[in-house]
Amino acid sequence: MNPVHMRVENLTMAYGDHVIQRDLNFAINQGDVFIIMGGSGCGKSTLLRHLIGLQQPAAGEIYFQQHGFWQASEQDRLAMTRRMGVLYQSGALFSSLTLAENIALPIAEFTALQEKEIAELVSFKLALVGLAGFENYYPSEISGGMQKRAGLARAMALDPEILLFDEPSAGLDPISARLLDDLIIQLSEALRTTIVVVTHELASIFAIGANSVFLDAESKTMLATGAPSHLLHKSDNPKIIQFLTRGEQTR
Amino acid sequence: MNDSAAQSQQQATGEVHLHQLDGVLRIEFIGDWTQSARIKDKPDVSVILQRSVAMQKVRFETDQLHCWDSRLPAYLMPLLKALQTQKINVDTGNLPSGVQALLALAMAVPERGDTGKASQPVGLLSQLGISVISTIANAKLLLTFIGETQIAFWQFFRGRARVRAADFFLCLQAAGPEALPIVTLISLLVGLILAFVGAIQLALFGAQIFIADLVGLGTVREMGALMTAVIMSGRTGAAYAAQLGTMQVNQEIDAIKTMGISATEFLVLPRISALVLMMPLLCLYANVIGILGGALVTVSAFDVSLIQYFNETVKAVHLPDFMIGLFKSAVFALLIATAGCMRGMQCGRSASAVGDATTAAVVDSIVYIVIADSVITLICDQLGI
Repeated sequence: MNPVHMRVENLTMAYGDHVIQRDLNFAINQGDVFIIMGGSGCGKSTLLRHLIGLQQPAAGEIYFQQHGFWQASEQDRLAMTRRMGVLYQSGALFSSLTLAENIALPIAEFTALQEKEIAELVSFKLALVGLAGFENYYPSEISGGMQKRAGLARAMALDPEILLFDEPSAGLDPISARLLDDLIIQLSEALRTTIVVVTHELASIFAIGANSVFLDAESKTMLATGAPSHLLHKSDNPKIIQFLTRGEQTR
Repeated sequence: MNDSAAQSQQQATGEVHLHQLDGVLRIEFIGDWTQSARIKDKPDVSVILQRSVAMQKVRFETDQLHCWDSRLPAYLMPLLKALQTQKINVDTGNLPSGVQALLALAMAVPERGDTGKASQPVGLLSQLGISVISTIANAKLLLTFIGETQIAFWQFFRGRARVRAADFFLCLQAAGPEALPIVTLISLLVGLILAFVGAIQLALFGAQIFIADLVGLGTVREMGALMTAVIMSGRTGAAYAAQLGTMQVNQEIDAIKTMGISATEFLVLPRISALVLMMPLLCLYANVIGILGGALVTVSAFDVSLIQYFNETVKAVHLPDFMIGLFKSAVFALLIATAGCMRGMQCGRSASAVGDATTAAVVDSIVYIVIADSVITLICDQLGI
């Protein structure tokens, strides 16, 4: 088994007094594709915001390799977040910059590379996501699926150790969603990146998930963790079975 | 691989060597090929190409490659493409499997030839042409908007417009009572300033009492309307542009249209009418506060009693002066609301477009205000009122 890359311990997430999820415990292994799943409104995206440090946990801690994220100093925290890349739901590209400038921005900020080399890297990243030749386009000039792929290229700009995806297939047609899934798998294999995906797309869950955690909105905690196919066959929790079979079959 | 990269961040260096051996050009990568590493003497693609054309066979060697990230495939991709077009035999078998996989992925989708969007430099003449064309287009948009608004008002007076009363009252609230504190502050200060500016000159002749005339007429005919208009263009005109612009970005305006509701009636009508109703009231309030500000200075510093000041103001300022000020402020309100709503409705579909629309709304409305003010003042002067 691969070593643990990220670990969540006794995490409680809350907005003020309103608890979203409590007592979350799971580990994300190096090089795995880890799925965060659950019904709408159960706090999947909130969990992602906690993992990338946008929101402070109400209780508990998130460990990045051995280092506690919220125990660390502000500066170390920033250094840790720099080792993660995030693809937001709608790409979150800077609308006033071209695709090339979007991807070049983190590279120019955090490396000492020359302009020519940055341009080389940008072209390569765009080619990786199938957008070669779109350097000078503005985000508003390309389709939603292309924006998502460009967002992925930007997330990968600094070769992060962990890539996190918030609903990558939302708003994509089935074929584009499938292609994006394939891309995620190929990239994780080629770069040995750990990948965390928030999704409720069953097709993606079974196609790419090596490990997963299942959040439940009613009991406000996780119901299970493990490989999705394993959960489907071995779980005796009716909620999980219902979710993983789209409520069509109760075993 | 990433760990080792982090540890050797300071001194990490990489190299590339070219050897020619047995009719094969061997390109050897050595050391660290990461984004943080310093890579010495990287030969240009054209150099390698030149040498490989002679050899007709290229092989990569990576035995001494310590670690790599996407910098290595990013360097290799243009090289491989150039070698491919020259039909040179390339052996990539010795590259790390991850690099091979990434390169295969990156080169799987051919570059689209029709996407060339190289920005060409534009000559002075064509720049002039472009700006003339865009000015004409803007004028057309303005006319269209004014026409649509007129139709909406016509529908409203025929009792056929769809306007939600709640929306209208919210707009009234935002354009009226919520603006009172800032209007109070600004007009009080403008009254003070007018009084001080006049007092210094008038006191030379012992004519301090005429400060009341100056402040009264200046505020009522001019400054009251102008200052409220400037405040409201920054406060309400900008808000209109931002609100409608954000609704445009969120496709809310499309949603209203597809419900069969005229967006102009539903969104623009309540905003324009709320501001046109509220601005004269605010202006009247600003007049009173401005005169009070003038009185404050005159009474406290220039030996004029409050009664004297009051009487002099009543003697100097007549009803037509008030009417001119109120008329001006109604015109200004129409201009501000039109500029704000128009920029909002015509906003583009991105976050930066909302900012542009807001800026344009404020700039437009201030320009319109000053122009309208000059024209009205000129007409009043000619008519002798």
